[in-house]
Amino acid sequence: MTDQTTATPLLEFRGVNTHYGAVHILKDVDLAIYPGELVCLLGGNASGKSTTLKTLLGMVTPTTGEVVLDGEVVNDKPTSYRVERGVTMVPENRRLFKRLSVKENLQLGAYLRTDKDGIERDLERIYEMFPRVKERLNQKSGTLSGGEQQMVAVGRALMAKPRVLLMDEPSMGLAPALVQTNFELIQQIHEEGVAIFMVEQNANMALSIADRGWVLQTGRVVLDDSADALLANPDLRASYLGDGKR
Amino acid sequence: MSKTMTPELAPPRAVLDQDWGRIGRFGGLIALSLIFVALSNMPVSMETFDLIADQVTLGDVSLWWLLLVAGFAVGKEVVLEGMTTHARGPRDIVAGACTGAVAAAGLSVLAVLIDNFDLRDPLINWSPQTLEKLSLGGSVGSGVVLWLVAGAAIGGVGGSLHVLSERPRRLFVTMLVSVFLIAILETVLSDISEDIALEWLADIVYAKRGGLTIVGVVLVAVLSGAYSWWGRVRAQEAKERFQSLEGADRTRGNAIAFGLVAVATVVLPMVLGGITNELLANVGLFVLLALGLNIVVGLAGILDLGYVAFFAIGGYTTAILTSPNRGESWPDWMPDTPWFAALLLVMVFAALTGLFIGAPVIRMRGDYLAIVTLGFGEIIRLLFLSDWLGGYTGAAQGITNIPGVNVFGLTTVKGTNPQAVFYLVAAFCAVAIYVSWRLEKSRLGRAWMAVREDESVAEAMGINTVNVKLMAFVVGAVLASFSGAIFAAKVGSIFPTSFIILVSIVILVVVIVGGMGNIAGVIAGAVVLIGVLGGPKQPGLLQEFSNFKLLIYGALLIWMMLQKPEGLIPNVRRTRELHQEEFLQDAWLRGEIDTDADPSEGGVAPA
Repeated sequence: MTDQTTATPLLEFRGVNTHYGAVHILKDVDLAIYPGELVCLLGGNASGKSTTLKTLLGMVTPTTGEVVLDGEVVNDKPTSYRVERGVTMVPENRRLFKRLSVKENLQLGAYLRTDKDGIERDLERIYEMFPRVKERLNQKSGTLSGGEQQMVAVGRALMAKPRVLLMDEPSMGLAPALVQTNFELIQQIHEEGVAIFMVEQNANMALSIADRGWVLQTGRVVLDDSADALLANPDLRASYLGDGKR
Repeated sequence: MSKTMTPELAPPRAVLDQDWGRIGRFGGLIALSLIFVALSNMPVSMETFDLIADQVTLGDVSLWWLLLVAGFAVGKEVVLEGMTTHARGPRDIVAGACTGAVAAAGLSVLAVLIDNFDLRDPLINWSPQTLEKLSLGGSVGSGVVLWLVAGAAIGGVGGSLHVLSERPRRLFVTMLVSVFLIAILETVLSDISEDIALEWLADIVYAKRGGLTIVGVVLVAVLSGAYSWWGRVRAQEAKERFQSLEGADRTRGNAIAFGLVAVATVVLPMVLGGITNELLANVGLFVLLALGLNIVVGLAGILDLGYVAFFAIGGYTTAILTSPNRGESWPDWMPDTPWFAALLLVMVFAALTGLFIGAPVIRMRGDYLAIVTLGFGEIIRLLFLSDWLGGYTGAAQGITNIPGVNVFGLTTVKGTNPQAVFYLVAAFCAVAIYVSWRLEKSRLGRAWMAVREDESVAEAMGINTVNVKLMAFVVGAVLASFSGAIFAAKVGSIFPTSFIILVSIVILVVVIVGGMGNIAGVIAGAVVLIGVLGGPKQPGLLQEFSNFKLLIYGALLIWMMLQKPEGLIPNVRRTRELHQEEFLQDAWLRGEIDTDADPSEGGVAPA
């Protein structure tokens, strides 16, 4: 883990407010993701998790406050600017380009890259990581099973050479057996030095691998602590970890 | 039909063991179709076209074929796995005959009604001519009897197709279709025969007053029958051999096939007559348009219903730049630009129009986008027609005296020389095909497909979706403007009526019928629709059908959507998908696949 007091955050929110039309979604949100750490954002439905991701990626522009990438305010910069600088998203439910082949999906992940050799090398790396993906290169991604689609989705994101991977509900829609594998995969990517910002409903699982976490409630950050502290937090246990109900 | 026939067949069912409800339903449906055809005036207006001299006219066939279909369709059965399948027998012939008779009875009712009531006011073809046609030359009563007999006979023939085994059935159908095609293509075939010194053959096959001679019918039937009986299997084998080629062999095979097509494109027009070349030139214009629209709709997934706008821009820009008769508001010093020089400006202007129309439209999605493009297509035409711009565009009088294309001082390409026009169009089509082919495999092509599949994820990948979609619009616009530029030079004059909304629709139908996202399919679609049936304003091979063109377009479109949604020549990509889906479903049914299996094991790999 990086020393947070001296390092510059890779990606940062400073007092961000966003609106959809007149509706106030994010309210004075402060976040900081440091290079190489694994953090997670927890929250129920309509708490603003997806909006946070979209704002980080530049698909939503904040009304006030600043989105900062490598110390530079990037409020006005398009998504492509941020993707080029290593901010990449694995969308919710994987959302592959279903009628395109697996290979085309992977190539699209590297859309903004121009280093042909580097792209080839990274393709090889993905094949090594997921031998099953290599077998299905020319197959339509929509015909793959859920687990394979998850591999392609992660592979597609890795093709962009990310420094921080934004993962929207990575375990959603996966069979229980796959959820564990998936978290192992996330940790593996993290160990290679990629920072991971994970938005999850599966709080137990997410916090067990994360360094730090935030809890978002109706657009406001209500808890901001280390993963261990969050796991021990009685309020959180009651509302997210299912203790109160069982 | 007999593709998956189970080896063990139960004995045929008794003749009277019929599904009478089905017979009634099919008979009724066909009866309605017959009445529709009769009231659409096909039988009367096509009466003058002899298929077989003095014996059978196209008008007759317009009704008969439905009876044949009725007799065949009622006997169609899906062979269900694990269920008893009965052998075919006299029962099927009777079923066909009954259906045909029911259908004919429906038509007879129409004859009786026409005889007794006058509904000419709403139904313009509720006329004595129709009645005369339906009475088959006699009284209404004798007509009814004759129709019932004919219906039963033709329906019975349709039903008996099920009784025949595969090979003779193919023989019969091939012979029937060949005779029909040779008869209907008389104009163009005579035209060709003159150019290749086969006039004597045409004189034998075709009668002086039109239609096949009896000798001709026999000749065609015997030849096509011989092909069906002996040649077909071999042709099939050759095709399969070609398709199973792999690697270098495949590349060589493709190169040879491509070379053959290229040689044919160059040589054929020299052999063909003026009419045929004219048709081919029209086909080429639409191939160019359809290739452009294929990029917009097929690759980028933007449903543009106003595509004709770019065709119009190309035509008008060319006309204004090249014709001395351009609108009077243009300054006198404006030179009459040669066509090729004008083309550069046409391209630039079309691209700008693409940007101009695209910019507001592209931010919308789906249905809204389609409606707005539809509007823009009309706006462009109305602008050309308006008094406001009339000084520049000639309003309703259009622009005339557009000179032909001077090809480096060698020759002038214009409408009076359809062969030259075809070569010009073919050259541009070749360019368009190459561009489409390269684009599809390029980074931009992938970005288009990504946007088509999932726009927001494409954006998250860093694709500038607005720019990419605008690019599709611009490339499509430029290809359409080429077509417009050639069109202007070919026809020599242009009017706003050449750019009606129907053109947009027809181009879209060409793309859909041919197979969206597939270059060969788009060409096939243009040949079938524009070449055979004719374009919105262009006559096709079958001029007798020109009044019913839209009806046939519509029917074809519906049939395609139901039976062959992937188009005439499906995209390999999409076929692959369909096959895989079927495979996966089969595997799932057999319990061999576990969709969310652990990635390290299990899961059947579809080959």
